[in-house]
Amino acid sequence: MQITRTQRALAHITLTVSILLIVFPVVFALVTSTHSFQESFSFPPKFHVGSHLLDNYRAAWERVHMGRLLFNSTLISVAVAAGKIVLSILAAFAFTYFGEFRGKATLFILILITHMLPLPIRIVPTFELVEDFGWMNTYYALTIPFFASATGTLLFRQFFLTVPNDLADAARMDGAGPMKFLWKVLVPLSKTNMLALFMIEFIYMWNQYLWPLIVTQSNDMRVVQIGLKMLLAGEEQAAEWNVIMAGTILAMLPPLIILLILQGSFVKGFAMRQEK
Amino acid sequence: MAEIRLEQVNKRFKKHWVVRDFTLTVADREFVVLVGPSGCGKSTTLRMIAGLEEVTSGEISIAGRVVNQVPPKDRDIAMVFQSYALYPHMNVYKNMAFGLMNRGVPKDEINQRVKRAAEILGISDLLHRRPAQLSGGQRQRVAMGRAIVRDPQAFLFDEPLSNLDAKLRVQMRAELAKLHERLQSTIVYVTHDQIEAMTLAHRIVVMKDGKIMQVGRPLEVYERPANRFVAGFIGSPSMNFLNVRIAREGEDLWVDGQSFRLKIPRHRASAYRDHVDREVIFGIRPEDIKERTRDDLPEGVEPLRAEVDVREPIGSEVIVTAAVGGHSFTARVSPSMQVRVHEPIDLAVNMNKMHLFEPETGTALNGD
Amino acid sequence: MESRFPNRLLPYLLVLPSLVVVLVFLIVPSIQSFYLSLFRVSPFGNVLIFKGLRNFVTLLGDPAYLNSLIRSFFFTGFIVVVGLSVSLGLAVLANLPLAGVDIYRTALIWPFALSPAVAGTIWALLVDPSTGPITYLVERATGMRINWMTNGDLALLIVTAAATWKMLGYNVIFFLAGLQNVPKELLEAAHMDGAGTFQRFWKVTFPLLSPTTFFLFIMNSLYGFFEVFGLIDVMTQGGPGKATDILVYKLYEDGFVNFRTGYASAQSIVLFVFVAILTILQFRFAGRKVFYR
Repeated sequence: MQITRTQRALAHITLTVSILLIVFPVVFALVTSTHSFQESFSFPPKFHVGSHLLDNYRAAWERVHMGRLLFNSTLISVAVAAGKIVLSILAAFAFTYFGEFRGKATLFILILITHMLPLPIRIVPTFELVEDFGWMNTYYALTIPFFASATGTLLFRQFFLTVPNDLADAARMDGAGPMKFLWKVLVPLSKTNMLALFMIEFIYMWNQYLWPLIVTQSNDMRVVQIGLKMLLAGEEQAAEWNVIMAGTILAMLPPLIILLILQGSFVKGFAMRQEK
Repeated sequence: MAEIRLEQVNKRFKKHWVVRDFTLTVADREFVVLVGPSGCGKSTTLRMIAGLEEVTSGEISIAGRVVNQVPPKDRDIAMVFQSYALYPHMNVYKNMAFGLMNRGVPKDEINQRVKRAAEILGISDLLHRRPAQLSGGQRQRVAMGRAIVRDPQAFLFDEPLSNLDAKLRVQMRAELAKLHERLQSTIVYVTHDQIEAMTLAHRIVVMKDGKIMQVGRPLEVYERPANRFVAGFIGSPSMNFLNVRIAREGEDLWVDGQSFRLKIPRHRASAYRDHVDREVIFGIRPEDIKERTRDDLPEGVEPLRAEVDVREPIGSEVIVTAAVGGHSFTARVSPSMQVRVHEPIDLAVNMNKMHLFEPETGTALNGD
Repeated sequence: MESRFPNRLLPYLLVLPSLVVVLVFLIVPSIQSFYLSLFRVSPFGNVLIFKGLRNFVTLLGDPAYLNSLIRSFFFTGFIVVVGLSVSLGLAVLANLPLAGVDIYRTALIWPFALSPAVAGTIWALLVDPSTGPITYLVERATGMRINWMTNGDLALLIVTAAATWKMLGYNVIFFLAGLQNVPKELLEAAHMDGAGTFQRFWKVTFPLLSPTTFFLFIMNSLYGFFEVFGLIDVMTQGGPGKATDILVYKLYEDGFVNFRTGYASAQSIVLFVFVAILTILQFRFAGRKVFYR
């Protein structure tokens, strides 16, 4: 699109200023995580980079067993993202390559309905159910209830619908059964979509707070997000922001890295199709 | 190589009959083309032979074995798809090898077969490319290569050339003919393009609404169409159809269109005696109506004066749409002829090539 | 849709894993929520006293709940209106053919990766009454030192701002994708027809973007109602004086701190009504003009 030079300059300025404003909180958090306690406690606040970065991260790491929390968060996020991908690919495959089997519409709606039932709507009974299963304070409770994915099922179904039908026919002529076709043809073709879904679901799971809060009690089963609260709650008097921010940076780094790596596939594989 | 037999084959989707009473035997090493407008059931027939669709009733056998219950992979036939259906994530080699791998063919043999097929098709230097890096013509070759490596009893082609541009299509058509000569295999080929059908086929099967209209050698179908549909479908521009009566005058029969009269040659006339004074459809191909260049016309060629409506020069000739009375028809005249719109034109109709059809059923009147 | 593979049983087996998870962890518990909302449940869950719809009557007459409702609507409304407007503006700018536009885009979308709890922690730092830079700026500008820990309305404004900030990245991603889906020829045609920059935006781009906008409206509403628990828990725990006690937080407190299971379930059902309304809206609009293509 044609734009004038003034418009161009205005756009640059607006974008730069907005981005500075959006980035500021995180930059300030990062800076604070390098300060000594005195520096972080000064008013007016200091914006220089301090020299206590390692001390603060070590303190945060030790204070709330950050290593364990990061491990737990990584484990459940990878497991849930992978579980959602596998389950939704299988379901989407069923909905696209087997014609109008009996009950198909009902099954499809049942899976889509996940969208309508966020955790708060069913939190008490789900909690009790997990308790009855004896899953309290286990990885099962933190992963399995999240395995179904309406988003994923829709995403893969939509993608499969764009794959030419001839490909399945060719595979049949080539002697490949449905599972082989899925594994050897559809799965490799779905790479972009799988990466996109992995990114979304990893971040989604990493950022879960309420459910891990109620189904875990022991410190070795807690996740990073709860770790933040533990860091904050330890502060009865003046907050030790330098240490808290070190913990915060650790908590936000993994999803941020995944986002930056997979951003491309996410936009191509997911965001561009979402509105259909 | 093998014979393919279809016996009273029917196919129904929901309540709709897509293929009805299809009976045909494709001889060993024969090249048979199924041709017809879209929706005539030709592709469905092909897919039933492939095993991709179940038959509703009837029997299909390949090399003497009834295959109704045999899944596609065990029918020992290969298929080339309209969209080529190449696996986008596999290179050319893997695309061709996939079917062999699934059948547990040893690696060395796969390698050998793929290399040989690639050689035949002239794609040896493309083996490591992906489909996206190939031109349309190259993809087409890979699709054929995938079929050839299987060394099947028969090949099925589903409109394999329709995604190519016109020039490439002509070239690939010639190559296909050569390939068949080389492979000496049974081929069933589906197309809507009658030129492909005419140039490639040993026999043509013309279909409409799920039924066979006519089976015959290309020239047979062109020269002696069994009915009005086949007459109109084969040949381009298509045959002219005019509503006329058969009139008798002494010993001679005439085609009488009120505003014009054309004498039926003696040797044809005997076949139509029973139809005197009846309404019939007179069919004549545009190539059998030429400009009239001299006064004395040879035996069986009749003069006709009409008014020009449209003039379409295509270089080698001029396609003229002309009218006489209420009848409109097309003729192919020489470009050297002066043709002006809205002016009369003198034409010569080769009545030796005329056709007559029953108006209700469209069946050709042969009298015999 | 035609069947490409003739297997009869296989499709059911393929759907089965998803179906089991959906039934066991989503559908059955949701139905139980309805059931429990009709009872008073003793703290240890062993005694159920049928109360009919009285939980709902109590709920809607409870000033604390009404307060929570109003606060939630402000919270979510702000996220939707302000968040979507700002993100759309930024996305439009970042969709212009500018030098370094890829850097701008990346710099705009990364907040998507932040969790509500992280956002809450960082904003707590920004507005810390004794050391926060925002506190400092406000004091420089107005001479007043704000204390969001004691001023309820301020606290609500700040948690809302934090929640909106966190969602900007997500919104920008989808707006950018939507903008890239707008066919260039249409804009060029409008240009030929003499439409100026703003007209082109309002008459062509914006209507074509409506599916994206609507999708984001739904997602932001769900976010505002359901996903911000961590942010509240980290920043204010619903305080000061219930000023930030939005619906999810109150639900959590009643269900898991005060153990009023039936009462909490009634609140779940009210939330379900909100989701149902959003879903119906989505279906209604999805069939109509939101989908231009």
